[in-house]
Amino acid sequence: MSEYFGNIKTGAVTIATGMGITLKHFFNAIHRKGDAGLDDVDYFRQVDGLCTLQYPREVIPTPANARYRLYNKIEDCIGCGQCVRACPISCIEMETIKVAPDDLAVCGKTSDGQQKKFWVPVFDIDVAKCMTCGICTTVCPTECLYHTPVADFSEFDRSNMLYHFGNLTRLEAEAKRRKLAEIQAKALADKEKKAAEAKLEKKDGE
Amino acid sequence: MSTTALSQFSIPLLMGNSLNAWSDALAGFYLFGLPLGLVIIAAIPLVFIALYSLTYGVYGERKISAFMQDRLGPMEVGKWGILQTIADILKLLQKEDIVPASADKFLFVVGPGILFVGSFLAFAVLPFSPAFIGASLNVGLFFAIGIVAIEVVGILAAGWGSNNKWSLYGAVRSVAQIVSYEIPAAIALLCGAMMAGTLDMQKINILQSGSYGFAHFFLFHSPIAWLPFLIYFIASLAEVNRAPFDIPEAESELVAGYFTEYTGMKFAVIFLAEYGSMFMVSAIISIVFLGGWNSPLPNLGGVALNDWTNGPVWGALWIISKGFFFIFVQMWLRWTLPRLRVDQLMYLCWKVLTPFAFISFVLTAIWEVYRP
Repeated sequence: MSEYFGNIKTGAVTIATGMGITLKHFFNAIHRKGDAGLDDVDYFRQVDGLCTLQYPREVIPTPANARYRLYNKIEDCIGCGQCVRACPISCIEMETIKVAPDDLAVCGKTSDGQQKKFWVPVFDIDVAKCMTCGICTTVCPTECLYHTPVADFSEFDRSNMLYHFGNLTRLEAEAKRRKLAEIQAKALADKEKKAAEAKLEKKDGE
Repeated sequence: MSTTALSQFSIPLLMGNSLNAWSDALAGFYLFGLPLGLVIIAAIPLVFIALYSLTYGVYGERKISAFMQDRLGPMEVGKWGILQTIADILKLLQKEDIVPASADKFLFVVGPGILFVGSFLAFAVLPFSPAFIGASLNVGLFFAIGIVAIEVVGILAAGWGSNNKWSLYGAVRSVAQIVSYEIPAAIALLCGAMMAGTLDMQKINILQSGSYGFAHFFLFHSPIAWLPFLIYFIASLAEVNRAPFDIPEAESELVAGYFTEYTGMKFAVIFLAEYGSMFMVSAIISIVFLGGWNSPLPNLGGVALNDWTNGPVWGALWIISKGFFFIFVQMWLRWTLPRLRVDQLMYLCWKVLTPFAFISFVLTAIWEVYRP
């Protein structure tokens, strides 16, 4: 019998305690929970208040040195293709055109003074595939491929997840390719001509 | 009991201030030989249920639950998310009304209807104001207790007709729960009826009016009146399937209980019925134990607060705010307590509430007979 009344008493007391706690939270909903971080002394003291973050309008800043979205600073890219080879899931696609000798100045140098020898008309990163492992950034010799602190880049269309970083338009790339082909053809022709001349001279010498 | 017992602060209104004046005037209103007034009387509680469940019921519950959990709740649609419920209703209206192929079509369609009618009929005997009551029955309280039992039929029809294991389990649990808890609830209300000596809702209210305000309420009528009040409140939670007695819905176990298969407007009707009966039990507890439309403010010497705050319009304000207060307590409990197990539910009903209801019944009877 005493257990019976004990249960009722426990029930009443615990319900009252619980309702007291919820009511306290209800009335504390007029102010926000503090912004003290984990390393703050007051972190565990800020128990009451709203903790909702209205995301698109209020954002916790992402850490500056963390792995989020990839970015390629194409001005510094020398088109070596290390990243393409390093990527474990092949999410980087790259195409290069050798720079013609008279175009070297136009193509320019990287920010640390290295002469760029390749045009990079296609440098596509599929960020939908990218798992932000960061291997490509470690192998990059010019450190032009790096992570930016952008965490929210969702898209409605999957094709928008393909990021293009190439520094030439299709027409420009076509022109460069043709120029290169001409130069190469000319060089080949010169070579053949030279070879033929050398043969001729040899014959004459006999 | 004469109608002059009402202390009336005279408000110049078209239909006068005496007891049931508004509803009587409406009942006598005919247009082209059609009883249009009666339709209006029926429409008033309907509109009230719809509006209140729209604003306080859904929006209020979401906000209150959010604040109790340190959240913000709906914030996007309109300022502070005020229009969220309108958006939800628009969504519900556009939903396809699906009747499952293997469902019992008749029961499936009829279930929500019975459910809603059951909760709506009880509004007929709720005095919304001293001047307005849908039907001034001399057995009003008995009618209100009895008509709620019809809801059980609706729940069983919905659960059985859905041909779904969750729905059936929900319905069976719900019926077992409602039928069990009606006993302590009815005995607790009987204590109130004994204190009043009548079952007429308006008379119960008049008996609790007086210049001392809340001191005349039946909750303070006898030293043990708090016990039937508490018992009825707990039992009413179970009757309207609110937490901690929400095992018929039990989201984590039964998806949504007896209305798992419902979509579109049928779902909305069940929702409306649920919020309707929440207000109904809250109104009944405030009528029987907390004076209904009587002002709780006492007359303090020359400051006649009670006289100033009584009257048809004030009465509507008081009963609705008392009802809303109890709905708030229901929500408050819901976000505090975990769900009871089925055996705990039955233990609480048969081994705790029912014996205590009987004890309070006997003690109230003794108090009424040998009152000092």
